[in-house]
Amino acid sequence: MESVIALWNALPLVVQILLKIVVIMLPLMIMVAYYTYAERKVIGHMQVRMGPNRVGFFGFRLLGLGQPIADAVKLMFKEIVIPSGANKLLFLIAPMLSIAPALAAWAVFPFDAELALTHINAGLLYILALTSLGVYGVIIAGWSSNSKYALLGAMRSAAQIVAYEIAMGFALVGVLVAAGSLDLRQIVLAQQGSLLHWFWLPLLPLFVIYFISGVAETNRAPFDVAEGESEIVAGFHVEYSGMTFAVFFLAEYANMILISALSSLMFLGGWLSPFQGTALESWFDWVPGILWLLAKTLVFMFLFLWFRATFPRYRYDQIMRLGWKVFIPITIVWIVVVGLMKVYHTPWWFN
Amino acid sequence: MNKIVSYVRSLFLFELLKGLSLTGRYMFTRPFTLEYPEEKAPVSPRFRGLHALRRYPNGEERCIACKLCEAVCPALAITIEAEPREDGSRRTTRYDIDLFKCIFCGFCEESCPVDSIVETRVYEYHFENRGEQIMTKDKLLAIGDKYEEQLAADRAAQAAVR
Repeated sequence: MESVIALWNALPLVVQILLKIVVIMLPLMIMVAYYTYAERKVIGHMQVRMGPNRVGFFGFRLLGLGQPIADAVKLMFKEIVIPSGANKLLFLIAPMLSIAPALAAWAVFPFDAELALTHINAGLLYILALTSLGVYGVIIAGWSSNSKYALLGAMRSAAQIVAYEIAMGFALVGVLVAAGSLDLRQIVLAQQGSLLHWFWLPLLPLFVIYFISGVAETNRAPFDVAEGESEIVAGFHVEYSGMTFAVFFLAEYANMILISALSSLMFLGGWLSPFQGTALESWFDWVPGILWLLAKTLVFMFLFLWFRATFPRYRYDQIMRLGWKVFIPITIVWIVVVGLMKVYHTPWWFN
Repeated sequence: MNKIVSYVRSLFLFELLKGLSLTGRYMFTRPFTLEYPEEKAPVSPRFRGLHALRRYPNGEERCIACKLCEAVCPALAITIEAEPREDGSRRTTRYDIDLFKCIFCGFCEESCPVDSIVETRVYEYHFENRGEQIMTKDKLLAIGDKYEEQLAADRAAQAAVR
């Protein structure tokens, strides 16, 4: 053990950071791959089908667990078609622009009380800034494809993301008023106490609005007008194929995981045990915090799939109405309510 | 008053939660899926699949070249040529069904006075070369010989309603 630590300390700083990034990225990428599998399985079963169940390993079917790997291999070997009228540079940059923020946001994400790649005291601001950057990938993809459908999809998606970004930002303002800090670690520690101390209860409207805005931000059903296949084929990524398409796909799912993880961090107490402050607390002391975080994140990830299997796509004007005329007013009102709750300590356990 | 109720309902996402509970319940029902190559759906005795020409138990072919099937075929998929045999009986020299034209309506089977042209339960077949879709008399008779037991049983089961 000591020799391992000595070896670690002997490594140059750059190598240490790169290794840490690999340790975060690798499980994330595996999660993304199997999230696509879970999506097909869950939606399949909700539609009384089975979902993928053929591709397995070594001749065993294993419930089709080999499917995401087969998909990835297929996409890697497909040709990348660049339309003749497209702006080649922007066309190739767009997928990278959409995946980079989805991955970079994990840099400040606290997985446990002391477990994070970096610790900056304005982590929430950093994450808000990066998640907003994702829209550039979509807009540039739609613009550079030089296609009507792609451009329309990009326009829709941009308008939608701008509208919901505001509601999302206001919801986070509520969180930072309640926690009194922009530091993600402090936000979780402010929720310490018990299940009732977590912010989901005092900030319930903001919690619901944050998650719904998150669904809209990631262009997922029922807010997936950006790719509405019935009217604009596939929206901003019609012209993409092979690996460039796969990168958009990865970005979408990585964003969904990020939104799920952030919701559990800010409203469901992150790595805190749900049994805190109850008689069961000491029984579950051995569970590492990161597992609680993972469990909470998985609940939200499942919700994304559940929504997609249940709700039909919103009409475009309804999306705009919901974003501008419902969510933004509610969040503004609730920020004031949170301020009052903070000042008068109501409910009594909320400080 | 109604307006207030509907406002409150939409604010608490009442309808959405109802929808979610429905899909949530369906997630735990058994899938209807039939895993095709391993499992197969039951087939009716009236099933209209690949064609066959039948023989009598003594080995004589049933078809008497009356050409009713050729006449009734709405897709003009059947071509028949006939000549008297040495023993004087009327038999076909050519009996072709073009499976690309055939629409599997079953009229040929219904029109046949001697139950010669029939449609079997076979629905898994393919062609690898152009021209193979023409089912010649030999091919049809071979199919008939292969499935005779099943064909006879199906006809017997349906005898009361035909």
